[in-house]
Amino acid sequence: MANRNLLIKYTKLFINNQFVDSASGKTFPTLNPANEKKIADIAEADKTDVDHAVAAARAAFKIGSEWRKLDASARGKLINKLASLIERDTEYIANLETLDNGKPYGDSVFDIACAIDTFHYYAGWCDKIHGSTVPADGELFSMTLREPVGVVGQIIPWNYPILMLAWKWGPALATGCTIVLKPAEQTPLTALYVAALSKEAGFPTGVINVLTGYGPTAGAAISSHPDINKVAFTGSTEVGRLILAAAAKSNLKRVSLELGGKSPLVICSDADVDEAVQIAHGAVFNNHGQNCCAGSRTFVHEDVYEEFVKKAVVEATNRKVGDPFADGIQQGPQVDDKLFNKVLSLIEAGKVEGAKLECGGDRWGKEGYFIQPTVFSNVTDNMRIAKEEIFGPVQSIIKFKTLEEAIERANDTSYGLAAGIVTKDINTALIFAQSVHAGSVWVNCYDAVTPQAPFGGYKQSGFGRELGEDSLKEYLEVKTVTIKMPYKI
Amino acid sequence: MALPEIKYTKLFINNEFVDSVSGKTFPTVNPATGKKIVDIAEGDKADVDKAVAAAKAAFKIGSPWRKLDASARGVLLNKLADLMERDAKTLAILETLDTGKPLTGAKFEMLFCAKTLRYYAGWCDKVHGQTIPADGAVFSFTRLEPVGVVGQIIPWNGPAVMAIWKLASAIATGCTVVLKPAEQTPLTALYIAALVKEAGVPEGVVNVIPGYGPTAGAAITAHPDVTKVAFTGSVEVGRIIMADAAKSNLKKVSLELGGKSPLVIFKDADVDQAVELAHQAVFINQGQVCCAGSRTFVHEDIYDEFVKKSIERAQRRKVGDPFTESTEQGPQIDDEMFNKVLKFIESGKAEGAKLECGGERLGDTGYFIKPAVFTNVTDNMTIAKEEIFGPVQCVLKFKTLEEAIERANKTSYGLAAGIVTKDLNTALVFAQSVQAGTVWVNCYNIITPQTPFGGYKESGIGREMGEDSLKEYLQIKTVTVQLPYKL
Repeated sequence: MANRNLLIKYTKLFINNQFVDSASGKTFPTLNPANEKKIADIAEADKTDVDHAVAAARAAFKIGSEWRKLDASARGKLINKLASLIERDTEYIANLETLDNGKPYGDSVFDIACAIDTFHYYAGWCDKIHGSTVPADGELFSMTLREPVGVVGQIIPWNYPILMLAWKWGPALATGCTIVLKPAEQTPLTALYVAALSKEAGFPTGVINVLTGYGPTAGAAISSHPDINKVAFTGSTEVGRLILAAAAKSNLKRVSLELGGKSPLVICSDADVDEAVQIAHGAVFNNHGQNCCAGSRTFVHEDVYEEFVKKAVVEATNRKVGDPFADGIQQGPQVDDKLFNKVLSLIEAGKVEGAKLECGGDRWGKEGYFIQPTVFSNVTDNMRIAKEEIFGPVQSIIKFKTLEEAIERANDTSYGLAAGIVTKDINTALIFAQSVHAGSVWVNCYDAVTPQAPFGGYKQSGFGRELGEDSLKEYLEVKTVTIKMPYKI
Repeated sequence: MALPEIKYTKLFINNEFVDSVSGKTFPTVNPATGKKIVDIAEGDKADVDKAVAAAKAAFKIGSPWRKLDASARGVLLNKLADLMERDAKTLAILETLDTGKPLTGAKFEMLFCAKTLRYYAGWCDKVHGQTIPADGAVFSFTRLEPVGVVGQIIPWNGPAVMAIWKLASAIATGCTVVLKPAEQTPLTALYIAALVKEAGVPEGVVNVIPGYGPTAGAAITAHPDVTKVAFTGSVEVGRIIMADAAKSNLKKVSLELGGKSPLVIFKDADVDQAVELAHQAVFINQGQVCCAGSRTFVHEDIYDEFVKKSIERAQRRKVGDPFTESTEQGPQIDDEMFNKVLKFIESGKAEGAKLECGGERLGDTGYFIKPAVFTNVTDNMTIAKEEIFGPVQCVLKFKTLEEAIERANKTSYGLAAGIVTKDLNTALVFAQSVQAGTVWVNCYNIITPQTPFGGYKESGIGREMGEDSLKEYLQIKTVTVQLPYKL
C-alpha cells in the first residue's frame, strides 16, 4: 500500500554490521524529488570511513574468517534469506524507494520483485563455481581454481537503487568476496535499509559495508584504495573514465563498468504498428527515461512512419504524470534539479536544431522535477537529441529506408549498450541481431532483462557483464596449480 | 656458424612490408657484442593509423576474414605452426642474435610456439555462447563475438613466444591485430609476419609495427578504433596503458606485468633436487622472466646445505656466447637492464645481504653478468622487494609454513609461486593460500598452452593460455527474442 509517511530508520554508515556516524560527523540531505523537500540527513562518508570499511572487509576476507570458513552452499542460504527478508518488507522498501527516487510506487514494487529474483538466482550459483582439471603437456597434474577476487568496491547509481544493489551484491556474495558499497548520494535510503536486513539475515561482520556519500570524496577514495581488489561501477561514461584512471594510478585494481547508452530501436515495415508503438513507448519512457539502455533512438521505416508518429504522440500525451504515491500514475519526477535542467536544455536543443516537437517539451506542474512526456519527430542523426544521452522522458523518432542503412546508423555511435528490432521476418531479425554493436539485442520486445541473461556494454557503454553466469567471472581470479607427477598418467 | 640474412626489416601492414611514413629507422643491437645487427623501420602514429585502418577493414562484416568458417581459422593456425616448425632453426638464430638467449633455449621456444598455435587452432570452432532459460515468454541466447581490432604490445624477454601467445588467442577468436614488438627485439616478430602471409591469413588481419613505446605504443593504446589492448611488460607501463585506455575510448585492457615470485623449499625436500629447481627458477633466461622464482625461502633445517649447494651450482653456470651449445646464460638484453641489475646487486651489498658469489660484469664486451647468490636476505631489503630481472638469487630463511605463506603474500605482486615438499597438506594449503596466478608444486616455470597464466594483484589483469585466454578477446552479446507463448 502506497504511503509516503514513513519513519526513516537508518541514516548512518554501515560498517562491520554496525550503523555508525561518519568520522567527520558530517551529514548530507537526501531530497524528495516530487516536492524538492529534504527527507532526512544522512551520514556523509569520506576517505577515513572508506579506510575503516575496507579494513573491515579485508578482515572478513582473510582465510580463516567466519566468511571464508562457510561452505559455498551456506553463502547461498544467506543470500536466499536476505531475499526473503526483502520480500517480507516489500511494502516499506517500495515506499522508501518512491520517496527517495520519485518513481511510481508500482514501479518500486516491481523493482523489488526483480531484486528478489536476482538474489535467488545468485544464491543458486554459489556452490557451482567450477575450476577445471587440465590435460597439460608433461608429467603433471594441472588444475585451475576460481577464487574470489577479494575486497570489492561497488558504486551504484540512483535510477534503480535497490535493483542496482542486488545486481552488484549477487555475484560478489555468490563468489565469496566482501563488499564496500557506495549508493548514489541522491538515493541512499534503501541501501541502508537492506544493509540492516543483511545483518538480520546473518551475514558475518565486515562482509557487507555501506557508505553513503558523494562521488568525488567517498567514490574516489574507493576507486583509488590500495586494498580494494576490484571496483564495479554503474553510471556515466564520464565518471567511468575517472574510475579506470584511478585504478591505473593506484593498484591496478580490476574494473568493470556499466555506462550510458543511446540505444537504437528499429521498427520495420512489417511491424504491427500498435504493438510497435507500445514497445517503443515503454522502451524510452519507462523510469522517466532514466534508464541506461533506454530505446532513445526510435528508427521507424518510412512505410509506417506517419501512422507510427501519430500513435506515438497519442501514447505520450496519455501518459499519466503526477504524485508517485497516487494510483494509476506512470511517471513521477526526474531525480534531481541537475538532471531536470539537463533534460530541459536538451529538449531546447531539439527545438533549436529543427526537430519537430509533437507534444510535451516543458516542465510539468510547478513543484517537483516533473517533465512532460515529449515526442520529437523528423529527428536526424546529427542532432544533439539523436547523439547524446538525455536520460529523460524524450522520444526521438527517426525515419529510415533499408535494413542495411538502419544497421549502419544504429552502429554510428560510441555507445553500444542495447538495441531492439520489431519485425516478423527471420532474416531481418537475425541479421540485425548479429550486426548491431550492442551487448543486448531485443527482438519484438525491449528492456527484457532477466537474471539469467548477461547484460552489459559494447564500446564506450562499458565492459564486463552483469547477471547471468558471465557476471561471476568479474568477481573471480583464476589460479593455475600444477603439480609434478613421478610419471605421465 | 653462418648467420642468416635478415630478410624482414620493415613494417608489416596489409600483408606487405613497407617503410614507415616518416622514413625513419632504428637499430637493433646484439647484446652479446653491443653491435648493431641491422636497421629496422620505425613506426609512429601515422603508421599505427594505417595499420589500424587495415585491421578495421579486415574486421568488417563481409570481409574475407569474417566470411571464413571458424574451423578455417584453425586450419590457418595449424599451417602457421607448420611453417614455424619448418623455419625453427632460422627463427632460433634470429632470436639468439636479437636477445642473447642461448640458442638451445631459443630452439625450444620456437617449438613451444608451434605447440601453442596448434592448441589454439583446436579452439577456433569451439567458442560457445549459451541458450538460457530466461524468465518470461522469450527465447534468450548469448553469442561470443570477437572483440574487434586489438592492439598487442609485447616485451623482449621471449619475443617469438610472446608474439605467438598474443596472436594465437586473437586469431582463434576472429579478431584482427596491430602488434608492436619491443624495440630491442623486432626480428622474429617480422619473420613471423611473413609466415602469417605465407600461411594464407587474409591481409589486414595481422599487422606488425616495430617502434618505441612512447610513440608507436602510445598511439596504439590511445587509438579510438582499437577495442582492446593486451600488454606484457612492466607495472609502470601497465599503469600508463590503463590510463590511456580510460582517457581514450575505454578500450578493454589485459596486462601481464612483473613479479617477485616466492619459491618455498620445505624441510622434507630432497635438497639436491630443490637446489637445481630453485637455480633454474631464478637464473633461466638470464633472470629475465616475469615469473622468476626470485625469492627463495628455505626452511631453516636445510638452509646451510641448500646455500652451500646453490653457490656451487651458480658458480658452475656457464656464461658466454649464446651460440655455443653448452652455454647456459647469455648477456642481459641491453645496457639499461645491465646497469639496473648491477645497481640492485650494489644495494644488496649495501643493505647487508651476503653476496656469496658472482655479481660483477663478465668480460668487457656484451652485457654479461656473473650469476650472483645473496644469502641472509631479509624481507625489507630492496633485492627482496623489487623485481631485479637479472641473474641474482636471493635466499631467505623461514621456520613455519604459516610464516612462509604470510611472507610470500607480502608483496603487491602476485604472478607465481612454488613449493617443494612431499607432504600433501603442506602442498595443498600453500597452493590455496598463496596469492598468485600460478602455483607450482615440485616444479617451476612449467607453462603449457593448456594452463592459464597471469597475475593476481599488481602482476596484472586477465589470463593467457588455456581456455580462459579466449574471453579476453570475446564480447558477450545477449539476444532475447519475444515468443508468442512460453516454450
